[in-house]
Amino acid sequence: MNKLVKLFITSISAITLALVSYTSSFAKVDGEYIVLGSAISLTGKYSSNGVHTQNGYNMAVERINKMGGVEVQGKKYKFEIIYYDDESNPKRAAQLAERLIKQDGVHYMLGPYSSGLTKAIAPVTEKYKIPMVEANGASRSLFTKGYKYLFAVLSPANQYLEVAIDLAVEKNGGKPVRIAQAFEQDAFSQDVRLGILDAAKRTGSEIIIDDKLPKELNDMAATLAKVKATKPDVLVVSGHTKGALTAIRQISEMKVDVPMLAMTHCDAAKLSKQHGKNSEYALCASQWHKNLSYKDKFFGGGKKYDKDFKKEFGYAPPYQSAESSAALLVFKDAFERANSFDRDAVRDALKDTDMQTFYGNIKFGPGGQNVAKPMILFQVRCKGDNCENKVVAPTKWASDKFYHPIPKWSERS
Amino acid sequence: MDLLIFQAPILMVQASLDGILLGILFALIAYGMALQWGVMNIINIAQGDLVILGGYIAYTMYLAGIHPAWGVIVSPIIMYFVGWALYKLVINKVVDRDLFISILATFGIAIVFQQLMNFVFGADVVVAQSEYGTTMLFDNSVTLPNSKIFAAFISVIYAIGLVIYMRRSRLGRAIRATAQNARAAKILGVDTEKVYAATFGINAALCGVAGALISITLTLHPYVGLPYTVRSFMIVIVAGLGNLPAVALSGMGLGLFEEFADYILGTEFRIGAVFMLLVFILVYRRFKLSKKREYLK
Repeated sequence: MNKLVKLFITSISAITLALVSYTSSFAKVDGEYIVLGSAISLTGKYSSNGVHTQNGYNMAVERINKMGGVEVQGKKYKFEIIYYDDESNPKRAAQLAERLIKQDGVHYMLGPYSSGLTKAIAPVTEKYKIPMVEANGASRSLFTKGYKYLFAVLSPANQYLEVAIDLAVEKNGGKPVRIAQAFEQDAFSQDVRLGILDAAKRTGSEIIIDDKLPKELNDMAATLAKVKATKPDVLVVSGHTKGALTAIRQISEMKVDVPMLAMTHCDAAKLSKQHGKNSEYALCASQWHKNLSYKDKFFGGGKKYDKDFKKEFGYAPPYQSAESSAALLVFKDAFERANSFDRDAVRDALKDTDMQTFYGNIKFGPGGQNVAKPMILFQVRCKGDNCENKVVAPTKWASDKFYHPIPKWSERS
Repeated sequence: MDLLIFQAPILMVQASLDGILLGILFALIAYGMALQWGVMNIINIAQGDLVILGGYIAYTMYLAGIHPAWGVIVSPIIMYFVGWALYKLVINKVVDRDLFISILATFGIAIVFQQLMNFVFGADVVVAQSEYGTTMLFDNSVTLPNSKIFAAFISVIYAIGLVIYMRRSRLGRAIRATAQNARAAKILGVDTEKVYAATFGINAALCGVAGALISITLTLHPYVGLPYTVRSFMIVIVAGLGNLPAVALSGMGLGLFEEFADYILGTEFRIGAVFMLLVFILVYRRFKLSKKREYLK
């Protein structure tokens, strides 16, 4: 009996040991695979954008692996990603980051979706000195904390609509403009607001309405009535997809006439599809558009990426997917330049990144944000009932002329 | 800037009309809550999620090419059975228990509904288009979306219909009797089990109507149910149970209060002002109640 118990214990410990050694060999580089980890929102309120992010990652992994993979010290490696579902919950995301690092032995991380979740994960990766390239956390506060292992391929939130104010001033003959703005009370939108405040100060413009929208926003009639009464030159709205949809619905219903309407999240909200002609002339900030002329050898240009993505996943890639794909190109480039799997060597290589991808130029500033890529603005334009997003700024990439001012509702058919 | 409303008095008209139209819609949801709270003594935390589900039914019709306004007829029919099934599955087990247990149970239902809606309809914010246009008053300085007028009109029709039904029909009378005294009603031959199921179904149906109306006036998202629960809770607290005119009035009052708080205090205090009002009302009611008790002693 005693023997049997001993045997049992020994075998259990042997199995445990085998498992432990297996998971640790699974770490960072496993045979020919470089293992990356990511907590991502596959369920919960960010699930649609979480899936866009995951598709972007997968698309790039497949493409890089197919085209020869990553070459480190003369040997070819392939990428592999371990995903966990963070349920759109910051606490869960932080736990999963710990689990990826401590249990799965992941040494390189890809970011989650949204600023909030990136904020939850960044302290964890920082603590374990794990380099993380993220593609979906734009909040300015991520880049002011002195994080050394965080790199973002996207432009920070405060840059989203600054260009719009410059454009309004330009259209006003260089004279300051009167701005009405409404922002949701969350980290991202408030950062966009700070960008507008900077731009207003720089151009001497005046902010005449400065509303903060509640998180459970479903009605902004009051703000719009104020806009109607004060007649500003520009109306700026940022409140994720809900804000964009609510704004267009109520602007068209209340017949609010403003010369210029600037927003965020138009493409995520499928504005031109859900609201059709009512959304025409809205100016939207975007990280990427397929018509931009950036190029790389993996995806070719934006148009080719768009085509390949559609073929693979059956829908046009939103910018959330494009930037996620770009994150892997950055990792590949850094591994090859570091020519090592040492975390700090990879981090240093990431820091010195200076490259062009189909998504845009990437070069990291001291806070880890991408400083090489400008935001673009597109405008919704309709032909009949068919509405499309056309790039109008910056001038270098513009495919269409910026239509200004927006015609009055009484003159629109 | 905050006092723009006093500089441009026309805004007062706009704010009042917006508030009243919105308030009527809230009142409809609140009436459903008051009904089943009064009859079954259950505070339904999932009220808002039933509303959103009703909205998604109308939205699905819209996607299928049917005008979403038909949702105000289809949605309540489907939602009646959803409510009835919910009663048979969960609510009948908590109906005679402590209030806390029913709050917990309906809170659970709310979470399940949110996740299911997220699973089925996706996490994207969606809208259905009614294409009803806009009514303009005072030389275009006051605008009323026709969809909101339609929403208020339908809400009033359903409310009136329900009042008549409760007065005239056999089931309506049984529901009122059960609300007054469940035990006595049972003794006199009312099948309270059936009454409870019907009440919960009627409540869900009202949520369905409201949801269909919200799909064409506001936006839908699996996680926006809670604000509707909170608002209807407030309206019921103010109006008391089983008093429809009071519910309608307090609904409109709340809508007005919200709009004016928005203009005077700023949009960021809109929801905050509503909660302050709730605290104030609860304290006031308690104060009044304790006075009454002294008198009765």
